Amino acid sequence: MYKIVRKKALNPTVTQMEIEAPLVANKARPGQFIILRVDEEGERIPLTVAGTNPEEGTVKIIFQIVGATTEQLNHKNEGESIQDFVGPLGVATHTEGIKKVCIVGGGVGCAIAMPVAQEFHSLGAEVTSIIGFRSKDLLILEDEFRACSDKLIVMTDDGSYARHGNVTVPLKEMLEAGEKFDAIITIGPLIMMKFVTLTAKPFGVPVTASMNPIMIDGTGMCGGCRLTLNQDGKRVTKFACVDGPDFNAYEIDFDEAMSRGRMYFDYERRAHEEVCNLFKNA
Amino acid sequence: MAVIPKKHEMPTQAPEVRAHNFSEVALGYTQEIAVAEAERCLNCKTRPCVAGCPVNIYIPEFIQKVKECDFEGAYQIISQTSSLPAVCGRVCPQETQCESKCTLGKKFEPVGIGRLERFVADWHNAHAEGKAVAPESNGHRVAVVGSGPSGLTCAGDLAKKGYKVSVFEALHTAGGVLVYGIPEFRLPKAIVAKEVETLKELGVDVEPNVVIGKTLTIDELFDMGYEAVFVGSGAGLPRFMNIPGESLKGVYSANEFLTRSNLMKAYKDDPKTPIMKGGNVAVVGGGNVAMDAARTALRLGAEHVYIVYRRSMEELPARREEVEHAQEEGIDFRLLCNPIEILGYNNPDNPRDEKNGFVTGIRCVKMELGEPDASGRRRPVVIPGSEFDLDVDAVVMSIGTSPNPLIKNTTKGLEVNDHGGIIVNEDGLTSREGVYAGGDAVTGAATVISAMGAGKVAAKAIDEYLSKK
Repeated sequence: MYKIVRKKALNPTVTQMEIEAPLVANKARPGQFIILRVDEEGERIPLTVAGTNPEEGTVKIIFQIVGATTEQLNHKNEGESIQDFVGPLGVATHTEGIKKVCIVGGGVGCAIAMPVAQEFHSLGAEVTSIIGFRSKDLLILEDEFRACSDKLIVMTDDGSYARHGNVTVPLKEMLEAGEKFDAIITIGPLIMMKFVTLTAKPFGVPVTASMNPIMIDGTGMCGGCRLTLNQDGKRVTKFACVDGPDFNAYEIDFDEAMSRGRMYFDYERRAHEEVCNLFKNA
Repeated sequence: MAVIPKKHEMPTQAPEVRAHNFSEVALGYTQEIAVAEAERCLNCKTRPCVAGCPVNIYIPEFIQKVKECDFEGAYQIISQTSSLPAVCGRVCPQETQCESKCTLGKKFEPVGIGRLERFVADWHNAHAEGKAVAPESNGHRVAVVGSGPSGLTCAGDLAKKGYKVSVFEALHTAGGVLVYGIPEFRLPKAIVAKEVETLKELGVDVEPNVVIGKTLTIDELFDMGYEAVFVGSGAGLPRFMNIPGESLKGVYSANEFLTRSNLMKAYKDDPKTPIMKGGNVAVVGGGNVAMDAARTALRLGAEHVYIVYRRSMEELPARREEVEHAQEEGIDFRLLCNPIEILGYNNPDNPRDEKNGFVTGIRCVKMELGEPDASGRRRPVVIPGSEFDLDVDAVVMSIGTSPNPLIKNTTKGLEVNDHGGIIVNEDGLTSREGVYAGGDAVTGAATVISAMGAGKVAAKAIDEYLSKK
C-alpha cells in the first residue's frame, strides 16, 4: 500500500497528491510516468510524474477527474493509501544540448510540462513557457511556471483570464519574430500537440510531444500503447511505455492516436457516471 | 492382467456449457480413476519418462504411491523436484515430454502422467494440513527478477536450500504469465496463488510493483547485498504483422487481450478494465496463446471466433488437447489462410462518426504448402487471386513476442543474441558474474515447463556458485 501524504485541489477538476513511494522517488526523472491502482479490483492507469521529493520518499502526481478511476482516486484523502504504485516508467525527457527551449502545455498536461520546465531551468537553459487552459477556473500551476520560466505566456480559450486564444497563437508570433528555439516540447491534448507541431513545422524547429495513450502494464508487455511513427516514408510501430512517452512530433500519426484514445469512450463515460452515482448516494 | 490400452479419460465440462463460462474445462481424476490409471504404469526399469521431464520428476515412484493410495506420499515425491505441481499437471505438454517416452506408449496409449500429477497436487491442496516450513537460513541472499514459472521455480529451489530469496515482480500480482496469460478456464488463479503462498511459507519474499531495469537495476540489487541474481523477466513486446489496419480500434495483441481478461478480470460481469465483448473475433496465429485468446473471446460472448493460421493443422504448434477443446467449443479454424489487411469503418461524410476507426473485417489470402523452409516445415505460399474477407469486430494478433529491452538496456556487460534473448551457458549463467537467466527472457516464447526447467538449472548453479564463495 502506498500512502497519500498530501492532497490539494488545484482547481475543481484537477487534484495534486504526494504519494509515499521511496523507490520511485529516488529514480523518477521529468517526463517519466507511474502506473497506479486505487484498490484491489481497480484498473491500472498511467500518470506522469509531476515532481519528486527523494528525501521524504514521495512522488507528486496531478490528475484530472475524467473517469471512474480518477473519480475514485479523488475520493481518497490524506493519510489513506492506494493499492499499487509502480515506476518510474518510460524514458525521461532528453535535455542534452538544449540551451533555449519552448515548453507548450495545455490543460492538465501542464502538470507534466512543469517538471520538464523546471529541469531545463535548473540546467541553465533559457525557458519560454506557453500554458493554455479552456477558462480561468481551470488554470493551474501559474506561479510554479513563473518561477522556472524566463518568459511565461498564459492563454485561455475563452479569454476569461490573461490572453485570449490558444497556445499556437503566441508560438507562431514568436517564431515569425525570429525566435530561435533549440527545441519545442509540447504536452497536452493530442489535438493541441498536433497543431503545435503544424505551427512549428515551417520554421524547422525540433518538436517533442509527450504521448499518453491507453496502457495496461507499462513495461512493454501488452502493446496497447502502440502508436505509429512515419519514419523515412515507412510506418513504424512504437510502444509509448518503453520507447516513449516522448516522440519526435513530426513523425507521430496524431489522427490515429486520437482515434485509438477513444476506443473505450462509451464504456468510460458510463463507468464514470456509475462511480459518481455511487459517491452521491453514499 | 491385461493392460488397459487407453488412458482413462479425464472428466470435462460439456463443450456447450463451458464455452460460456470461465470455470475450469477439465475437472480432474477422481481417486478411483487415479488409482486405476496408476495401475497402468509398468514400473519399467529404464524409466524413460523421467528423462523426458524437464525437471526430472521421479515419475514411477510417485505413481507407485498413487497405486498405494498414499497421495500425500506421492505429492512429497513430486515436490522434491517440482515447485509448481498443480500448475504443471495442467499446462505441461506431457504428450511431447514424459508421456512421449513412456514404455507403455510404444504399444498402447502412454500412462496419463500429467493427469496423475494434477490429481496428486489437487489432493494435497485440498487435504494437506499445516504450512510449509522455512529451512534454517544459510545467510546468503539471492534476488529473482520476475515471478513467472522460471522465477518461482528458481526461488523455490533456493529457498528449500536455506537461501533468503526476494522475488521482484513488475505487475501488482505474482505469477507472471500464469496470471496474466493463461486463462482461468485452463489454470485457475487460485491455484497459482496457492503455489505462491507455499513459497512465501518457505521464506520467499515477493515484492510486487518493482520493475527491474527501472525501479531498481541489477547493479543496485548487488549493492543492496544480493549475492546472485536470476533474471526470469519473460517475453516482451508483442509482434504485429505490419499489415495495414493494425492500429484500428479492436485490434489487440494476444498479450493485451489476455491481460485485460485474466489479470485485470475483464471477464467478470462488472469489470473496471474494459474489453471488447461479443461480435465476431479473428485470432491470428496457431500457438497455445492463440487457442487461449480464441477460447477467451468465445467465453466473453463472441458469436463467432476464427483461428486464422497460415499453415495446415499438421504444423499448428498448439497442444493437440487445446486444439481439440477449441474445436469442440465451436472455434472455426481457417487454416492455410494469411491476413493481408485489417479493414475498418470510415464514414467519409462524417469524420466525427463514432464508429470510424473500428474494425469491420479482416482480408486474407489462401495459402498452399511449398518446399520446406529453414525450420523444416513446408513454407506456405500465397495462392494468387484467393483474397477473401471475414466480417469481424475484433482481431487478436497472436504471432509471438520479442524480448523486453528494459534489463538489457540498463545492465552493463549483459550480452544478448540477435533476437535480443539473454545469452546463457548450460548452467544459466549470463556474461555477468553472479547473474543467471532463464525462461522466455533467454529462449523467446516457449513453454511453462521449459521455463521451470531453466529456473531449476539456474538454482543449482547459483547454489554451487555461492557455496564456493
